[in-house]
Amino acid sequence: MDSILLLSLSTFGYLAASGAYLAAFLFKSKKVGLAGTILTALTLLTQTGSLGLRWYESYQIGAGHAPLTNMYESLVFFSWAIASFYLLLEYKFKNKNLGAFAMPFAFIAMAFASSGWVDQNINPLIPALQSNWLIAHVVTCFIGYAAFAVACGIAVMYLIKNNSPKSTGLLSTLPELKVIDDIIHKSMVYGFLWLSAGIITGAIWANSAWGTYWSWDPKETWSLITWFFYAAILHARFTRGWHGSRIAWLAIGGFLSVVFTYYGVNYLLSGLHSYGGQ
Amino acid sequence: MFFASVKLALFILFLLAAASIIGTILPQGEVPGVYSQFYSTTLGLSHNSAQILTKITFQLDLDTMYASWWFRSLILLLSLNLIICTIERLPDVWRLVILDNLDSSLDRIINMRNRRTYTTTLAVKESCEAISAKLKSRGWQTSARDRDGDTLLFAQKAPWSRLGVYVVHTSILMIFVGALIGSIWGQKGSVNIPETLTTDKIYQFGSGAPIDLGFTVKCNWFHLSQYPNGAPKEYESELVIIENGQEILKKTIEVNGPLSYKGWTFYQSSYESHQKFIISVANIGTMTEERFLAPPQQPVRWQTENLLFGIQDLVPTSIPGTYKYKLLIADSKGAQSLYLLDDNQQMTISLADGSKYTFHIKEFYSTGLQVSKDPGVWIVYIGCILMLIGLSVAFFVFHKRIWILVRRENDTTQIFLAGTTNKNKAGFDTEFNALSDTVADINQIEVQ
Repeated sequence: MDSILLLSLSTFGYLAASGAYLAAFLFKSKKVGLAGTILTALTLLTQTGSLGLRWYESYQIGAGHAPLTNMYESLVFFSWAIASFYLLLEYKFKNKNLGAFAMPFAFIAMAFASSGWVDQNINPLIPALQSNWLIAHVVTCFIGYAAFAVACGIAVMYLIKNNSPKSTGLLSTLPELKVIDDIIHKSMVYGFLWLSAGIITGAIWANSAWGTYWSWDPKETWSLITWFFYAAILHARFTRGWHGSRIAWLAIGGFLSVVFTYYGVNYLLSGLHSYGGQ
Repeated sequence: MFFASVKLALFILFLLAAASIIGTILPQGEVPGVYSQFYSTTLGLSHNSAQILTKITFQLDLDTMYASWWFRSLILLLSLNLIICTIERLPDVWRLVILDNLDSSLDRIINMRNRRTYTTTLAVKESCEAISAKLKSRGWQTSARDRDGDTLLFAQKAPWSRLGVYVVHTSILMIFVGALIGSIWGQKGSVNIPETLTTDKIYQFGSGAPIDLGFTVKCNWFHLSQYPNGAPKEYESELVIIENGQEILKKTIEVNGPLSYKGWTFYQSSYESHQKFIISVANIGTMTEERFLAPPQQPVRWQTENLLFGIQDLVPTSIPGTYKYKLLIADSKGAQSLYLLDDNQQMTISLADGSKYTFHIKEFYSTGLQVSKDPGVWIVYIGCILMLIGLSVAFFVFHKRIWILVRRENDTTQIFLAGTTNKNKAGFDTEFNALSDTVADINQIEVQ
């Protein structure tokens, strides 16, 4: 199918972009960094177009629905959201070295989607999934997940810079530790707002489909565990002034919880959300 | 105080997160056998340890942990912590929201991190007017007061944003209250209604105990549609609410599209097939009609019309699980004829004896409904909306304040600009610099 081909192409686009950002960081080349930005933007456009195409194709085969309904489509949207969020950060903080740490996540998500372990077909929706709340739920959750992924990448950047001897030539192009810390925090704040919206839209959807807004199914519970975890991190920072390596490690821990909520639950635990793993 | 400490809040949040994991791994709501099986087979423990752990599971209510006394106590503790934190801090925060900033200590203003000094040949009054106009163009509304012969101007943005975090805390409490109301006064159950029949009861989840609705629900029809591959596309039921013999409300419900009446909500959840078919027959001449319930290969008789008919065979179509019907009809004189009817489609048939009928055949189903009454759900929803508003304000709206002290010294006017914010200091630095450049833009001013 055409959209799947285009989306496989975007896997290579994000790989090339990640490579360019990494090269720009290692060799301190502004030109290569610019190439990274252009590659990211072009791939993002291609991906947006192919999501639109996949939407159109779903109507062609009589299954008409937004491309946000199974593991494959959620991975594609996840990488789309990571690239979008990253470009926003790059624009705001004017530092292309962030890309070397953030964009690999967009590549990994796309690579996993295209790997063949995930069913890439457009499937007609069972009745329970035919709801606009589903679209709202997936969009909000994955914007949140994307922000947490970027926070994790930038946290790795922080730890590398923090644990290296001062004024190493290579690391001098990275933002100051204080600024990196601020980016990690802001990404988590942004992710937390969207995760909250994601849990809420999911609850409303469940209530309109089954008459129960919360049933403690493993996926729901893990999203709440993730929410508690980030809530604790934000409180530790706001009221007790936690920052630096401690917050960086917690940002990485938080993202592990996100990955488990997203992926681990489908394969290790069973529950209502089983269709999310198809 | 212990209950108001953020340390406690952090501790409870981590504890809730950690404890919640148990119920995602350990099966919930099962019988003891399932748990000993889980411990011995899934976790690979010895028979004895499995027995001991199973005992502990039930002693600590781990089988229904999210409803257990200790999990609820944790939530109660979090609620208390939230309430006491709020009561303790809100008065101080409120004072900051309504604070008279023109009364601020001049020493404090002069020593702020963000500050800048200018001099101008303009008089004090003209300077104030020029600065106020410049600030207004950037969305800052100034007010002024005389302070020991000098003039102090003040402007601020979003002092109310300091309340955002308390809106979030309140919203969490509202969600808990809504959930509590739902668990006390809410009811959940299910009912199967065969097509054309009624019920005035539903059956509680778990216990199966009947609950009186106080009105009657009728299922006019149920319809199952399928994708070409046979996967279910939609379940629909036409439900009618009947009260005191009156039809009150009629609605076609589907999955994700329930019907609500008097606090009860009816959700389409499943269906049941009975291997029987509804044959609706109408005499076009006399306008009489009748419905018959017929299993395949069993003829039924319409006495008054002297008509004998039955489904002779089911013919599978290209969509798995769907059929066409071979209908055998004997007219009043006994002449037999065979017709092929599509599912759920009306067919007009002229018989040899000159009579004319319409036939319609569909499978006979019961619609499966989940029924719930949750008086707390609106409180939960309002809590959710408040939470999103509160989080947006707490994270993205900042209380920003600027002061301008204008002082006449000898022949020049000294202007002193200072500002502060409660969050996002880095962002405010940029904004303050832009703002101080704007002020530097007034006539005959020199930046010091």
